[in-house]
Amino acid sequence: MSQQSFLDVKDLRIHFPTDDGLVKSVDGLTFGLERGKTLGIVGESGSGKSVTSLGILGLHKGGRARISGEIWLDGEELVSASPEHVRGLRGKKMAMIFQDPLSAMHPYYTVGDQIIEAYRIHHDVSKSVAKKHAIDMLGRVGIPEPTRRVDSYPHEFSGGMRQRAMIAMALSCDPELLIADEPTTALDVTVQAQILDLMRDLQREFNSALIIITHDLGVVAELSDDILVMYAGKCIEYGTTEDIFYRPEHPYTWGLLGSMPRLDREPTERLLPIKGSPPSLINVPPGCAFHPRCPYAELTGGKAGTEVPPLAETEGGHLVRCHLDKAERRRLWENEIKPVLETQ
Amino acid sequence: MTENEPLLSVQNLQKHFPVHKGLLKRQVGAVKAVDDISFEVFKGETLGLVGESGCGKSTTGRLVTRLLEPTGGKIVFEGRDITHAGQGSLRPLRRDMQMIFQDPYSSLNPRHTVGAIVGAPFRIQGVKPEQGIKKAVQEILELVGLNPEHYNRYPHEFSGGQRQRIGIARTLALKPKLIIADEPVSALDVSIQAQVVNLLEDLQNELNLTYVVIAHDLSVVRHISDRVAVMYLGKIVEIADRKRLYSAPMHPYTNALLSAVPVPDPRARADRERIRLTGDVPSPLNPPPACRFHTRCWKAQEICKTVEPPLEELAGGHRVACHFPENAPEVPAGSAGTPATA
Ligand SMILES: Nc1ncnc2c1ncn2[C@@H]1O[C@H](COP(=O)(O)OP(=O)(O)OP(=O)(O)O)[C@@H](O)[C@H]1O
Ligand SMILES: Nc1ncnc2c1ncn2[C@@H]1O[C@H](COP(=O)(O)OP(=O)(O)OP(=O)(O)O)[C@@H](O)[C@H]1O
Ligand code: SF4
Ligand code: SF4
Ligand SMILES: [Mg+2]
Ligand SMILES: [Mg+2]
Repeated sequence: MSQQSFLDVKDLRIHFPTDDGLVKSVDGLTFGLERGKTLGIVGESGSGKSVTSLGILGLHKGGRARISGEIWLDGEELVSASPEHVRGLRGKKMAMIFQDPLSAMHPYYTVGDQIIEAYRIHHDVSKSVAKKHAIDMLGRVGIPEPTRRVDSYPHEFSGGMRQRAMIAMALSCDPELLIADEPTTALDVTVQAQILDLMRDLQREFNSALIIITHDLGVVAELSDDILVMYAGKCIEYGTTEDIFYRPEHPYTWGLLGSMPRLDREPTERLLPIKGSPPSLINVPPGCAFHPRCPYAELTGGKAGTEVPPLAETEGGHLVRCHLDKAERRRLWENEIKPVLETQ
Repeated sequence: MTENEPLLSVQNLQKHFPVHKGLLKRQVGAVKAVDDISFEVFKGETLGLVGESGCGKSTTGRLVTRLLEPTGGKIVFEGRDITHAGQGSLRPLRRDMQMIFQDPYSSLNPRHTVGAIVGAPFRIQGVKPEQGIKKAVQEILELVGLNPEHYNRYPHEFSGGQRQRIGIARTLALKPKLIIADEPVSALDVSIQAQVVNLLEDLQNELNLTYVVIAHDLSVVRHISDRVAVMYLGKIVEIADRKRLYSAPMHPYTNALLSAVPVPDPRARADRERIRLTGDVPSPLNPPPACRFHTRCWKAQEICKTVEPPLEELAGGHRVACHFPENAPEVPAGSAGTPATA
């Protein structure tokens, strides 16, 4: 990631001082993303995924969050930019799809009015032109009878339609960066499939950079070019989708894969869960944050509990944060993990 | 009880919730949450109940455990008709049938200690275990993988997965025969989900439990179930042993559901054949007539809009409600499921 990408996040830290202590929600995150590409961010609840996305959109600005590091978007640095400036970029330059569309839509305005308003902030057009655009967008995301539906209120839509409407709203200004935070988690699986297809098609058409945040490895496998695995506010593994699914090198990634029952394989007798539970971000375990749950912690000669492992390149852009050496990780994957997962 | 005798048998079960409107609260309609469903659960097995939001899974669970009063049909537990059992006879029933809920946070009283929560069933039922309640509770805590020394702690001191274990411990106190688990792992993180799934399986083996597991996650249901029933808008549309259901699903809706699940295998994404349904599930207030799936089904013909397909056994233990099933073996001629060639 030496030359500048369209989106370049460097050593991003977002900490919240609270009565119980400092919450290190995002703690030194670095990644890049090009136009037309999709990055999947996966991790369990509380690993810092949403805080990261809100941080990129500048939505922590003015709050109590302590933010450091750099966020470069198309050559512009956003951490040091004024809140007004970043607000001006929202909508046109970058936009977000939230898990819960109701929280992102105003209940007292029609869906159409909300798209119209968002569109007119960035485009000097009459209301009727903007309304045509809104109808067009609603049609594109698959809302039936968009000419009539444009005048509906959010509560008159079903869950799937609301999510489509929010996608229409987010895409109405043709944003160059789109962040989708658990866009389908609240939806039924048949509707989820429709929304994922839609996002894939629209992204191709608009050539935007897409970040999809989810805890569902199936969803990221369907959409992503690259995947970033987060644990306790840090990236623990980063690579192409193929790297993460076929050559994962981090014990936590192995744990995620082993925990998941899969429809595409013969069922196993038992799942292989990770022991324990994710840490509190106030008391992140010292050294490797995963060490209290890691079955291989002993193999690192005491370093696991004292030294934070660096995020190091293993091969061709595939990054892993683990003290085990490369050969050992590969041996474990090939001989111990993969054979067990594949009998699944 | 023999293998073939069901522990639980549900016949034509129905729950219509009345919808009232206006000042006089006149009934203007009914939500047909569960509409004429039949199934059995055999001793020691796990029946999975899947389907999308609002199809009536939880209502079915609440009817069976008699937390809700059925508006029609029959529930037989251990050979006894419990459809309209009164409070008196429900009490012993509550020992034999227990429910695990989705939300480990809201289903535990935050002001009670773990000991009080898990021990409550003993007190409510007036059961005095030989070793004393405290000891009995500690044994159960150990069984579900919690530290018995945490007897005096409060729910907020535990993680989500641990809270679900507390919920499971509570249901085990009185050694129930049947456990209905309503989305027992859907609020949990993947790694914790797997722990709880394994725990449920271990407990089943150790205590010879019978489960009905309600979930919308088709992968979890396949992993945990022996047989699976698929619901759509208040109806069971297909029921079969898990192998058949997942490898040769017959109902178009089951086919669509399975093909909609994202597969964690990036190389497979290009060559997967997908069935994409359009639209959302219709409202159970006004379900489509005849086959309720016809508004979204790509195989629908005229007959689907006029004649309701019965749930029929088309192969060993494999029942399906469809005029034009997929993967069907030779349909016996003249059976009700055979449509006139369109
Ligand atoms: N405004 C805030 N003040 C204090 N702590 C916060 C704040 N926002 C988030 N956190 C904490 O930061 C951590 C990361 O939260 P975040 O919402 O990013 O998790 P997530 O990975 O999106 O999880 P989920 O999968 O549950 O959505 C959590 O421990 C959360 O409690
Ligand atoms: N007490 C009630 N009064 C009126 N309608 C109800 C009541 N309980 C449930 N319903 C309705 O009955 C239908 C079935 O609900 P149910 O909760 O059984 O669905 P479910 O399959 O469990 O869905 P989910 O996956 O969302 O939990 C829904 O349309 C629901 O709104
Ligand atoms: S550094 Fe040690 S504890 Fe951390 S993931 Fe690697 S092996 Fe496990
Ligand atoms: S009966 Fe007709 S509409 Fe219903 S599932 Fe079968 S083919 Fe489709
Ligand atoms: Mg989140
Ligand atoms: Mg439910």
